[in-house]
Amino acid sequence: MHLILFLAFGAVCVAGAVNLLVQRHPINSALSLVVVMGSLAAEYLLLGAEFVAAVQVIVYAGAVMVLFVFVIMLLNAGEEEPTKGSRVAMLFGIPGMLVGSLLIAWVLLQHSGNQSVAVGALPGPPKTIGWLLFHEYLLPFEATSVLVLIAIMGAVVLAASPESLGRKE
Amino acid sequence: MVPISYYLMLSGILFACGVTGFLIKRNIITIFMSIELMLNGVNLSFVAFAAEWKALSGQVFVFFVMVVAAAEAAVGLAIIIAVYRTRETLNVDQVNLLKL
Repeated sequence: MHLILFLAFGAVCVAGAVNLLVQRHPINSALSLVVVMGSLAAEYLLLGAEFVAAVQVIVYAGAVMVLFVFVIMLLNAGEEEPTKGSRVAMLFGIPGMLVGSLLIAWVLLQHSGNQSVAVGALPGPPKTIGWLLFHEYLLPFEATSVLVLIAIMGAVVLAASPESLGRKE
Repeated sequence: MVPISYYLMLSGILFACGVTGFLIKRNIITIFMSIELMLNGVNLSFVAFAAEWKALSGQVFVFFVMVVAAAEAAVGLAIIIAVYRTRETLNVDQVNLLKL
């Protein structure tokens, strides 16, 4: 049952990722990225990482992707037309990706043990993760708050129009 | 029961798709989405290893990666808006100066 669920959500995940590459219009790519993130959240749930699954849906599929869709609609992004550079990149990129993924799969199959996980194998309930976050990882946690503050200020400064900042150009 | 290597293979496939998108796409927003796809692949491998070693630190690191990715998305999309305002294009082939 676990294997069937894993394969089903994994197939949806890979199909979304491939669709992201195939689609020409950015809004279609963004929606297939939402599909990838949603099915990844299901994979996290299968591993027993409820906290990560919830954060994945709230932060990634919710906040980040809404930001992406807003920017795509704000800039009225149209279909991309392939250029000479992108054809050359496709010529080398797709065989390179196939070779790279085969290499990764081969190394993993050779060197990983035969250890398997059952449904919900991860021991941590969200309570334990919260405890870890506020005791052992308190300093990195506080550093991320500064990082987010800097990101907010940077986004406001970068996206503001030059006139509103009082620049003379 | 699912072997851990299956999860790692899925994360490798997602990462490879992200790299390919980064290489073959010419729209700056799609390139940015490919980067998010790569980050997602890495997150899955973090959680898979956390399950293998019964360690909780992997989940905490996924949380940190997500925070950094959210901050990166906010700043990156602001840069994309600034680039579009001055260049009127989203094609990376036509953007060859860092200067605004």
